[in-house]
Amino acid sequence: MEIKLNVKAEKENSHYGNSSNSNKNALEIRDLNFFYGSYHALKNINFNVADNQVTAFIGPSGCGKSTLLRTLNRMYDLYPNQVAKGEINFHGENILNAKQDLNLLRSRIGMVFQKPTPFPMSIYDNIAFGVRLYENLSKPQMDERVEWALTKAAIWTEVKDKLNQSGLSLSGGQQQRLCIARVIANKPDVLLLDEPTSALDPISTGKVEELIHELKKEYTIAIVTHNMQQAARCSDFTAYMYLGELIEFGQTDEIFVKPQRKETEDYITGRFG
Amino acid sequence: MNTISNMQKSTIRNTKTSKIQRMQDIAFHVLSQFSALFVLIVLLGIIISLVINALPALKEFGFGFFFSADWDINKQKFGGLISIYGTLVSSFIALIIATPLSFGIALFLTEICPITLRRPLGVAVELLAAVPSIIYGMFGLFIFAPVFADHVEPALANSLGKIPYIGTLFSGAPNGIGMLCAGLILALMILPFISAVMRDVFEIVPPILKESAYGLGCTTWEVARHIILPYTKAGVVGGIMLGLGRALGETMAVTFVIGNAQRILPSLFAPGSSIASTLANQFGEAEPGLHFSSLFALGLALFVITVTILTLAKLMLLQMEKKQGSKS
Repeated sequence: MEIKLNVKAEKENSHYGNSSNSNKNALEIRDLNFFYGSYHALKNINFNVADNQVTAFIGPSGCGKSTLLRTLNRMYDLYPNQVAKGEINFHGENILNAKQDLNLLRSRIGMVFQKPTPFPMSIYDNIAFGVRLYENLSKPQMDERVEWALTKAAIWTEVKDKLNQSGLSLSGGQQQRLCIARVIANKPDVLLLDEPTSALDPISTGKVEELIHELKKEYTIAIVTHNMQQAARCSDFTAYMYLGELIEFGQTDEIFVKPQRKETEDYITGRFG
Repeated sequence: MNTISNMQKSTIRNTKTSKIQRMQDIAFHVLSQFSALFVLIVLLGIIISLVINALPALKEFGFGFFFSADWDINKQKFGGLISIYGTLVSSFIALIIATPLSFGIALFLTEICPITLRRPLGVAVELLAAVPSIIYGMFGLFIFAPVFADHVEPALANSLGKIPYIGTLFSGAPNGIGMLCAGLILALMILPFISAVMRDVFEIVPPILKESAYGLGCTTWEVARHIILPYTKAGVVGGIMLGLGRALGETMAVTFVIGNAQRILPSLFAPGSSIASTLANQFGEAEPGLHFSSLFALGLALFVITVTILTLAKLMLLQMEKKQGSKS
């Protein structure tokens, strides 16, 4: 029901997102090219990530979907010889600009990884750590924020009695939700999820998917997934990528029901990939 | 018929091979056992000979030997405190200087340094370990100490020397050679060991863990302080202890620059002695008797200090692991 309404609201958007109504796009990607040294990993990518919607990136391994995600918060910048060219507009600013403050950018565009990565500290500190970097909260305020983030990530009831225990003591699924809570606690605008359920069992996966559903009311979400059903279940828009190119982008309903391109159809129906 | 005899032949051959193999295995067992025992025997032998030779001095002066600051060859009165103090203080100075430097080196090499510079810089740091200690001693005595006496020590006396309490450490005549100089040379010598260990343990931090911290908006320093260091603390402490162990026993370079004075002065500029430097200086001329035996007692003290520190380090690491274990 929820999805239906959202899809309706976005109906007038074209396949490449709605460029005229720019305040509805969290991220506008224009002529994006990416290089690992001399290897051309992303080729002329153009599309928009709509505000308060879930955008899924699908495609076979090595197609560049994770690379694309990593350009959105410039995570690639940690490594030498990785270069992105083009434009990614975030609130009217090109984040690929060399002058962009990366730490600030990453606190506004949070990222969750393939494997749960709790920090070597207590559950409480795992959440408070990121908050302390940018906000100076009193103890009660911090307690409140930690509870808020853990509640949002649907893990509060499971951990509220053991906040002082190590984050490593949780199960894999709990750890991943802890990582999501950690990112949410920073109150970012955009959440990037890089195959967030690939290391989780089906039940944990279900919980994370429910969570994505909840979170999109307040956050813009971009998710990379290998699981086509997952893309179909939780996303509003889907981008199909192959060999570094964006083959098709559109509303998830349309991509999965009647894709415009033959390649997309082959991949989705499992004839390829 | 033919096949049966063939089979019999092959069984015979098999039993023969298995016999040879068994013999080989036994020989191998004995050899490796001997190698392992050999180390223990040597260690035990060292301890026993140290104790036997130190016994006359310990009988004469009692346990107080280790707390007495007398060292008078003419009066035949000996106490180990001066040398023990010198060893501990010079090693402590070395650690204070070398640990943050090594942390910086290791962090730079793993996190900040451009890839092209990584190898040459890493090799350069490792080469520091390849410099023979006598070279450090000569360098310290002829180049370092004069510069130290003319520039560094006066500057320290004028700045840190003015602070109450700490000031006494940086007072007195700037000699160049002395406790501080020895500590600095030791710092240079243990630097490559500590930084090599730190670099190796920093490299095992999973990239994804660092990325998730960067992903929250951490700066490189924040990642190092809150993620890398807690993740690798056991290894880091291990590296520091390795450096300390080396600093405690270092002889040649320290003998060159520590000044070899048998007294304890509060100032770090003043010359002193470490256990190793006292042994190196006096063994040649020591007459069999109390002097000789006292030197052995000093050696025993050094051995005990090193073992104690290594044990403490191990206990500390165990404690840390236990703490983490109870948490996880």
